[in-house]
Amino acid sequence: MFKDGEHLIRLAAVFALGLAAFVILRAAVVPRSFGQYGHYRGAAIAEIASRPIALAGHVTCESCHSDIADQKKLGKHVVVACEACHGALAAHAEDPTSVQPKKLDTAVVCARCHEANSAKPKWFPQVATADHSGGIACDTCHQPHRPKIETGKSETAKTEAEGKK
Amino acid sequence: MQIPVQGFMYPNEVELQWSILIVLYPYITGLVAGAFILASLERVFRVEAVKPTYRLALLTALAFLLVAPLPLQLHLGHPERSFEMYMTPHRSSAMAMFGFVYLWYLMAVLLLEIWLDYRRDIVLRSQTGTGWKRGVYRLLTLGSSNVSERSLRIDERLGYFITLIGIPSAFLLHGYVGFIFGSVKANPWWSSPLMPIVFLFSAMVSGISAVMLLYMFSTWVRGQRIDMRCLDTVARYLLYTFIIDFSLEMLDLLQRIYEADESFRSLDFMVHTRLWTSQVIIQILLGTVTPIALISLTQVLRCSDTARKQIYAVAGSLTMVGIFAMRWNVVIGGQLFSKSFLGYTSYKMGFATREGLLPAIVLMILPFIILWVLVKLLPPWPESASLSESDAVAVHATS
Ligand code: HEC
Ligand code: HEC
Ligand code: HEC
Ligand code: HEC
Repeated sequence: MFKDGEHLIRLAAVFALGLAAFVILRAAVVPRSFGQYGHYRGAAIAEIASRPIALAGHVTCESCHSDIADQKKLGKHVVVACEACHGALAAHAEDPTSVQPKKLDTAVVCARCHEANSAKPKWFPQVATADHSGGIACDTCHQPHRPKIETGKSETAKTEAEGKK
Repeated sequence: MQIPVQGFMYPNEVELQWSILIVLYPYITGLVAGAFILASLERVFRVEAVKPTYRLALLTALAFLLVAPLPLQLHLGHPERSFEMYMTPHRSSAMAMFGFVYLWYLMAVLLLEIWLDYRRDIVLRSQTGTGWKRGVYRLLTLGSSNVSERSLRIDERLGYFITLIGIPSAFLLHGYVGFIFGSVKANPWWSSPLMPIVFLFSAMVSGISAVMLLYMFSTWVRGQRIDMRCLDTVARYLLYTFIIDFSLEMLDLLQRIYEADESFRSLDFMVHTRLWTSQVIIQILLGTVTPIALISLTQVLRCSDTARKQIYAVAGSLTMVGIFAMRWNVVIGGQLFSKSFLGYTSYKMGFATREGLLPAIVLMILPFIILWVLVKLLPPWPESASLSESDAVAVHATS
């Protein structure tokens, strides 16, 4: 019986070898802190926490750029945070003189939100930029912080009307 | 690339995330499971008539199984990370457990069964072969050249046992694929407990039909005569499973129509517009009703051998197309409508992109190349088994 089953014992040995290789490999590659808190690497939390902060938050920006914040309050972009357009600028907020924000290309920045797309809700203002401006920078006509193009009407009347809506 | 959208889609629905590669994946695993189940028929239920296809079916299952994970790998942006599901298994995720289902099926069932079945041939070839091939065979013998009567009987018994385990494993392998779709509860096109069962039967249909075609093709290439008793039996099994498969799908459909839940109008519209060609024309009419009718014809009418062969070839090919369309309609169809039930998007397939048509075609050709190599290495033909009978005696006498 043993002699005729020898090939099966060899096969079992091959399987056992494979299994052992798997166990050793697993011990070698699975990070030590895996599973400490859940199905992830525990040490990742500390690593992520130690990364430099990239976003300052609009409240920080507004503490220095109150003029822009006042402008923004008058238009619908009041709901859009500064860094949604300007990008992460914590470094600039820390040290405004040595870290200068890059100039934005409005033809790209504005289209990111306003390019017409049937997936966007109907109420959201959107334009087919190719037809609407044909590649001209949007801020030639629109004021980025207060984008509505107002013709004629007085400033106060306008804001009151919007407040009532 | 602008994707034509109709009505309202949520932004994350406009572009399809599961591409043609994800269509291929259930298609290929289905072929594996189906081919294996056909092979098991011979072994467990002792259907002697289909014996000529036994080894071919096993090799077909292996060739396709080796390719099955590749579409998934290509679909992943970081394929190397798929390895992590083995290293840190996540038991609550059906997708993450697939690795183990796959490995179990590959190592514990298919390779083992093939090895046991071929062991005598391997030993013989390791003694008579030449060159690098001999090296391969020697490696495959694992250093044991014992092909005594008793050892072969042990192999036979163990092989039978493995086939017994193999059938539920094959069911698991493909039922699992259906399970993944069936358990996406946010998607009414998929979410159905019937899904694993429908997938399973369609897998059997496609696997049986693939082996049938391969058997006909390979016999023709080798200039041999087709064993009509075998072919008729395989075709009959194809017919039976197909009828069950079709009834299940129609049951699912009827249930949906009668239940007419909140998704129904939207899905119904989709089937009548975007999926009309692929679902109603290709899948149901061309890929299901026609082959069933064709094979039924051979059961009722008395057809000549040639006529039957031709009918089987046509029915088999249509079946392959039909089952592919079924996978397509499930995977792609399930992503064409909005979860708001108010809009529809379209699928734009790339060509020479990572998930385009070209890699899909390559992935569909690859199993046949692997099968060709396997067939060269381990010929599955009945006559090659009987030829070496005398050698076996000779070797046995000397050892
Ligand atoms: C500590 C005060 C301070 C904070 C906080 C601050 N800034 Fe500034 N920012 C300045 C000063 C001062 C300048 C002018 C620098 C110069 O011209 O040398 C400036 C310049 C800029 C400019 C360029 C103006 C130009 O003329 O090109 C932009 C854009 C800007 N800030 C955006 C931001 C944003 C967005 C934030 C919030 C993340 C922010 N700033 C936070 C002080 C601040
Ligand atoms: C809708 C996008 C958008 C938002 C939101 C936005 N900005 Fe701007 N901002 C621009 C564009 C476009 C320019 C003009 C191009 C440039 O200077 O880069 C600009 C220019 C500026 C400038 C320099 C020019 C000027 O008008 O004085 C400052 C300073 C500035 N932004 C600060 C802010 C602060 C602070 C906030 C948040 C309260 C903010 N921005 C919010 C788009 C935006
Ligand atoms: C981060 C996304 C975002 C970006 C970038 C952005 N916008 Fe807006 N925009 C909004 C939102 C949100 C509204 C308000 C929609 C509402 O509430 O109706 C808005 C409204 C507007 C309106 C309609 C204002 C009104 O009062 O009807 C105009 C015009 C506009 N944006 C132009 C621009 C221009 C020009 C730029 C580039 C400088 C820009 N937007 C960049 C999000 C964005
Ligand atoms: C040649 C001047 C001009 C340029 C350049 C321009 N716009 Fe306008 N835009 C207008 C005018 C005029 C209106 C209509 C007045 C209004 O509603 O504020 C308008 C309206 C809009 C609206 C509101 C549409 C609505 O349905 O309420 C959006 C959003 C807008 N523009 C975005 C952009 C974006 C993004 C760009 C840059 C790609 C851009 N515009 C460039 C002149 C311009």
